[in-house]
Amino acid sequence: MPRDFASKRSPRKGLLIDYDYCTGCHSCEVACKQEHDYPAGKGGIHLSEIITEKPDGTYRIDYIPFTTMYCDLCAGRTANGLQPACVKHCQAATMFYGDVADLAKIMEDKPHHVLLTPR
Amino acid sequence: MHEYEEDGYQVYKMGLWSPGPGCHGGCGAEVYLKDGKVVKVEGDEDHPYHQGRLCPRALALRQYIHHPDRLKYPMKRAGERGSGKWERISWDEALDTCEQKMRDIREKYGAESMVFGQGTGRDSGGPIIFLAYAYGSPNWTLFGLSGIACFTPRLAACTMVMGDMTFPDAAQFFPARYDDPDWKCPEVILSWARNLQGSQCADHYFSGHYVIDMMKRGAKLIVVDPYNGWEASRADLWLRLRPGTDGALAMGMIKVIIEEGLYDQDFVEKWTFGFDKLKDEVATQSLDEIAQITWVPVEKIVEAARMYAAAKPAQMRFGQPLDSNAEAVASIHALASLWALTGNIDNPGGNVISRPVKGVTVYPYSTVEVIQLYGQEFVDKMNEKRIGADKYPLVKNFRSWAMSDDVLEQMETGKPYPIKGLWCQTNNFLAGTAQDPRRHYEAVRKLDFNVVVDTFMTPTAQAIADIVQPAGAITEKDSAFTTGIPLNPIYKVAETEEARMDWEINFELAKRLNPQAVPWPNVRALFDQRLSVAGHSFDSLVEAGWALAPKGDPTCPYNRHEKGLLRPDGQPGFRTPSGKFEFYSQKFEEYGLNPLPHHVEPLESEISTPEIHKEYPLILCTGRRVGVMFHSEHRMIPWLREINPDPPVEIHPDTAAKYGIKDGDWVLLEGTYGKAKRKAKVTPLTHPEVVVAQHGWWIPEARYEGDGNPYKVWDININQLIPMGHNSKSGFGGALTKTMLCRISKVKEGEEVSYA
Repeated sequence: MPRDFASKRSPRKGLLIDYDYCTGCHSCEVACKQEHDYPAGKGGIHLSEIITEKPDGTYRIDYIPFTTMYCDLCAGRTANGLQPACVKHCQAATMFYGDVADLAKIMEDKPHHVLLTPR
Repeated sequence: MHEYEEDGYQVYKMGLWSPGPGCHGGCGAEVYLKDGKVVKVEGDEDHPYHQGRLCPRALALRQYIHHPDRLKYPMKRAGERGSGKWERISWDEALDTCEQKMRDIREKYGAESMVFGQGTGRDSGGPIIFLAYAYGSPNWTLFGLSGIACFTPRLAACTMVMGDMTFPDAAQFFPARYDDPDWKCPEVILSWARNLQGSQCADHYFSGHYVIDMMKRGAKLIVVDPYNGWEASRADLWLRLRPGTDGALAMGMIKVIIEEGLYDQDFVEKWTFGFDKLKDEVATQSLDEIAQITWVPVEKIVEAARMYAAAKPAQMRFGQPLDSNAEAVASIHALASLWALTGNIDNPGGNVISRPVKGVTVYPYSTVEVIQLYGQEFVDKMNEKRIGADKYPLVKNFRSWAMSDDVLEQMETGKPYPIKGLWCQTNNFLAGTAQDPRRHYEAVRKLDFNVVVDTFMTPTAQAIADIVQPAGAITEKDSAFTTGIPLNPIYKVAETEEARMDWEINFELAKRLNPQAVPWPNVRALFDQRLSVAGHSFDSLVEAGWALAPKGDPTCPYNRHEKGLLRPDGQPGFRTPSGKFEFYSQKFEEYGLNPLPHHVEPLESEISTPEIHKEYPLILCTGRRVGVMFHSEHRMIPWLREINPDPPVEIHPDTAAKYGIKDGDWVLLEGTYGKAKRKAKVTPLTHPEVVVAQHGWWIPEARYEGDGNPYKVWDININQLIPMGHNSKSGFGGALTKTMLCRISKVKEGEEVSYA
């Protein structure tokens, strides 16, 4: 039995977004650029704005912070027990980092979440 | 520990409030330095304000601090004003010149002929008023902003009718925040003219995201806003009112609450004055008429009133657009009356009275405090020459601003005495602060001597300055955040070339101009004295990181009116003539103003000027906040500008189609006072009859070489459509930034604004 079996099976990590509360403040994007020293135009997370009509004729605004190919889930930070830069600074405290299985369980109880698994 | 080492970085914990992040929040941050340079900012999880969260402006701090375009040295102009030619000088030469020119003006015309202008009310207000008073001028003002229509009207109205200002209670007074056992989550948050997306924590000394914290804990949301913003999209009830009719809507809600008997009888009986007069007043009004005025259907007015009155507790957050109402203090009086009617004053989870922690201010703004520091005689002498003190009782008796609209007029007419100089410190009035910027431009360019102190070369500095002095941003200055909760230290850990902190510049100059007015050996000694009422020195506050007042202190809630903690005589009640919340304000009556809350139509509207409305059918709401930029700052910060790249005007798709405008087109906005160009953002979020524009735009990358149009301000400054001189009767309020009428058309090919 290989000795690193456990690490190979270590659970995949992800980001859970409760988009009921994301206000589109852009802290995640700028926190990422600062952490990884990305220039303008490049970053590990990209905020999308989605405007849809509600049944009463008014509009709902949703924001989804979407992980790009540059997202490494802040491997350097999480190895030191810190939260990813985007999660820590999220002003609405609406982003969560953790094991995918644990995050998926939260989705079983609550609607309006998305789960991102960038790597 | 406020300072520690981590992986080769020096880390400093401090409050953020100054150029850099911009804003009026009080976030705690950990600033990382390497080789003396700011390289990273992290939220401080031990700080109760935001508990480790941070806004994008704070997170982009290193691009601000180390921006190549920062002002690095004092300069004097090397050509005509506005030529764009500058010559580096020493600090000695800069201060010598200021001293000499200001002495000349004082000797020839009197100290009052020098105006001292600040921009948004951050910590620079302290050193500016300090310098003005040391020099001998009473004319300290928020230069350019008609009616000082940002926060001051709300502060004035609340102080007159209840003796204090309130903030919505998000448990910000307690170290444990929402876990404090005395705090209650509001059942309803009435979010009135607020934009949490735009202001985040930037406008009003508390975080917009506190709303989210409380929504998660069960608070329901009523939103009053013409715009279908994020809060409106999440609201349990949304009232889409016509801009500028807040007072009328509040009167409608008051009527429902009184006539349906939904008010808090115990609170009204014990703690309010003039209830019967208010009751008689609303009896004369009809909900149908209010619905016509406000565009809000009767059933929604009734539903909102019932929902707000039934909630125990309920809290209201109210925003800057109230300050732009035609008679701002009267509208705000109406909103505050809703708190009193429902007993939501200084109660857990309601609107709690907010005073600076332990009463600390680094420098006094209110008339009462200025009297404490300098004596009544000094204040009386200042009021003899203060512009507007004879005309507006609130200027004389409440807050010592010279009135901005009258300052401009006096610059133009020279009556009753001439204005000869402007000290303009962190106020980019040509791009942001001023309404009718062209009038300001013409008037200020005729003065004998103008100084600009700022962090970047702004359009204002290019156009009007004789001397430009570089100011330190956050991390480059000593100061303190005293107007919000908690009390935070701000301290210098780095420097940009020769930039100096505002306090240091003004302290040095004040000492030269009037040594007797500066008894302190240095700025730190002044801070030590001011902070001593909180039991702190500057160093001990830095070490502590932040300070909150303990429970039982007059600056910590709750129910202080019952405990005799609000009035100077120690009696129960409020700091008003009757000792109660005054629905019928005896102060307003004394000052010749309508003592009851009421609505006044905007200068231009479908009701007040139907003829103009036919030709200019759209309402221009400007001053729209966006979270990645603060007023006229941050247009040069790459991480922020890419998020908000162009100066927009938001137009409803139906309206855009009617005028042949497509998303991204350059659009000409024309009003009865002026015009400006903007880039169309076509969106269903705005009302078809309302166009919405951000303020504060200039194009820093459009290099300036003296053509008289610094950084394209004359192309895109939306305030060219807004007049000066129509401020409220009380003086404070009425900047008309939300209610002027306009029309739009697509800009012809070849006439678009180019940034090259």
